Amino acid sequence: MTDKVLMKGNEAIAEAAILAGCRFYFGYPITPQTEVAAYMAKRMPKIGSVFLQAESEVAAINMVYGVSAAGKRVMTSSSSPGISLKSEGLSYLAGSDLPALVVNVQRGGPGLGGIQPSQSDYFQATKGGGHGDYKMIVLAPASVQEMASLTVKGFDLADKYRMTSMILADGTMGQMMEPVSLEKVEVTSYEKPWAVTGTKCERKHNIANSLFLVPEELERMNFARFERYKAIEENEVMYESFMMDDAEICVVAYGIAARVSKNAIVEARKKGIKVGLVRPITLWPFPKKVLLDAAEKVKSFISVELSMGQMIEDIELAIKCKRPVTLCNRAGGMIPSPKQVLEAIENADKGGKE
Amino acid sequence: MNKQILIAGFGGQGVLFAGKFLATKGLIDDKNVSWLPSYGPEMRGGTANCSVIISDDPVGSPIVSEPDCLIAMNLPSLRRYESSVVPGGMIIVDSTLIDEKVERNDVSVFYVPATKMAKDEGFATLANMILCGKLIKEISDMSFEHTTEALQKVIPARKANLLDVNLNALRVGYDY
Amino acid sequence: MVVFQKPKSLTDVPFHYCPGCTHGIIHRLVAETIDELGIEGKTIGIAPVGCAVLAYNYFACDMVEAAHGRAPAVATGVKRAEPDNIVFTYQGDGDLASIGMAETVHAATRNENITVIFVNNAIYGMTGGQMAPTSLPGQVTQTSPYGRDVNLCGYPVKVCEMLSQLDGPEYIERVAVNSVKNVKAAKKAIKKAFQNQIDKKGFSLIEVVSSCPTNWGMTPKKALEWLEENMIPYYPLGVYKDRSAEKEGK
Repeated sequence: MTDKVLMKGNEAIAEAAILAGCRFYFGYPITPQTEVAAYMAKRMPKIGSVFLQAESEVAAINMVYGVSAAGKRVMTSSSSPGISLKSEGLSYLAGSDLPALVVNVQRGGPGLGGIQPSQSDYFQATKGGGHGDYKMIVLAPASVQEMASLTVKGFDLADKYRMTSMILADGTMGQMMEPVSLEKVEVTSYEKPWAVTGTKCERKHNIANSLFLVPEELERMNFARFERYKAIEENEVMYESFMMDDAEICVVAYGIAARVSKNAIVEARKKGIKVGLVRPITLWPFPKKVLLDAAEKVKSFISVELSMGQMIEDIELAIKCKRPVTLCNRAGGMIPSPKQVLEAIENADKGGKE
Repeated sequence: MNKQILIAGFGGQGVLFAGKFLATKGLIDDKNVSWLPSYGPEMRGGTANCSVIISDDPVGSPIVSEPDCLIAMNLPSLRRYESSVVPGGMIIVDSTLIDEKVERNDVSVFYVPATKMAKDEGFATLANMILCGKLIKEISDMSFEHTTEALQKVIPARKANLLDVNLNALRVGYDY
Repeated sequence: MVVFQKPKSLTDVPFHYCPGCTHGIIHRLVAETIDELGIEGKTIGIAPVGCAVLAYNYFACDMVEAAHGRAPAVATGVKRAEPDNIVFTYQGDGDLASIGMAETVHAATRNENITVIFVNNAIYGMTGGQMAPTSLPGQVTQTSPYGRDVNLCGYPVKVCEMLSQLDGPEYIERVAVNSVKNVKAAKKAIKKAFQNQIDKKGFSLIEVVSSCPTNWGMTPKKALEWLEENMIPYYPLGVYKDRSAEKEGK
């Protein structure tokens, strides 16, 4: 008997956000993340906090912008088409250096797509999505426990670096239940002297703003922001290594794809194939170094994705194309089976021996 | 143990609830567990299924594509998933609603007239729990222990009056 | 003796507005109101996209620059974060009645306890004089060079008339700033809109009919005359909704 409770991933995100001190949630219904909003609708009023169903995704992210400007922890959640709508706000949050937590429980696309799990918003999350030069910290949970722990982490990183943290999950992670322990978290509170809380006639007015009409000034803002991004790339990379010690083939996968891959790797090991997994937990910053190091030892890489091949480009960049990288994928809401991944591993194994 | 269980039927038959009960019991039994529903429009009256994994080892993929145990609560579900059950696996059929036989002969099959039994016992909506009871009985690594605790966790407090009938349904299935 | 000075709630940054533009007057009315109500230290303004985009440099209170049309949503967030603070948006017609219509209507219907200053000059100013949602039928603009054809692009949006149909909002009034008399009335309305928020009555919107000499292609004086002769007949001044007065049977 443990103190763990069985919870849906979406609910774990919501409860973890509350534990992390988030008292403001704005959202709009969309499958497969609606449980986050439903959970918040139930819980927030009971703790004197704000749940508001916005008129649109666009409005929701701008409500987030307002609360964040006022210096409070705040979040919104959605699924792929909704994140496209929020992208405007994501760019403004970045341009105004405001912290926020945004959850994307991805579904298949493009367009209205479908409602089944997908990882096809990888580019959108890691390369921008909105306009302008900016990054988000992108966290990819692979269990319900991580849906909770990365939510807490995401709030902390957002405040620490004054930027958006995005939880990039998928329909499976949102809908599945697993045991999760939700312990009290030590919430680090960050000074926010920039927040618009009213001057009390004691200080010069604060302005939350992304408009800089003098190009030299805007350039300076961009350079300063990217200095911060550099620090994040140096300090905040997270990944999991699985059976990599003697691996000759390196599978790279995150979220649900990583879990399917683990099954396949266990089977492949039974067949004597030396294969391991690097599971990025932060998709940005991407775990470049561990992959580049792995490229010295392994003969090839396999990118397992629920997309037409997006992360594979980051793998190729990370390893500077030193080794071949093949794609093992399904798209449109389909999930690769362990068998499919095993076949990809076997092919890679044969390929290396020829 | 590592049991991959697939429960499939119509929306409204309690497929997801049955899965949640089994996963919760697994958790109390100190196993690693996962529960993954089918979701979307098919929940409203169409087919519903859920994957439950109960294992000594950490759960990898939560998707049950090759079940050790299939509970089929309607004919389309049986036809759809019958071939995916691993050889040596088990299929539990609600034989009130499914009058055809399982075509495979490399799996153990249990025909339980669960819907009729539930009706006769006076808890007409609990065929799902009768079938769960049978599953617990036939999986050698599972026991009837912790059943009440699991039910207490999955039945909301405002419906606490339903605890006893659920327990009865499980018992009826277990003893069948 | 000081007979005239800048309100405390305006900074010393010189306005960038064109000669004859009425934004200056409206900024001043808002700032005077903040001063008189003694709320400068707890007021947060939300600037729009459009000519007033730089309002955050002019108001001495804390300011947020919102994305186009999103000011009411941003204001909702700011207000919900600190309900005791006083939050106002300052928006033009393109921002409020076109790209931000949804945010406007929903903030109103939620009776969000904020104050909205809506400056309607029937044209997009900052981008150089394009047709606005409030451009009059037949009005010539850069994107309606043959005059606004209502068969092609529909009719102007009457914001006060529309919002006053909702059960949500507390106070909706339309004023103008083309004459001393009207400026005085505008000040009164704006002050009421802020007082309503202090009294936690909810959503107040003041539409200020104003001019754009530059993009209308007129002298400031001619523009005010055109406003009186064309805008006010289409956008009649007055109180469109005053829930507290209705309750009191006034």
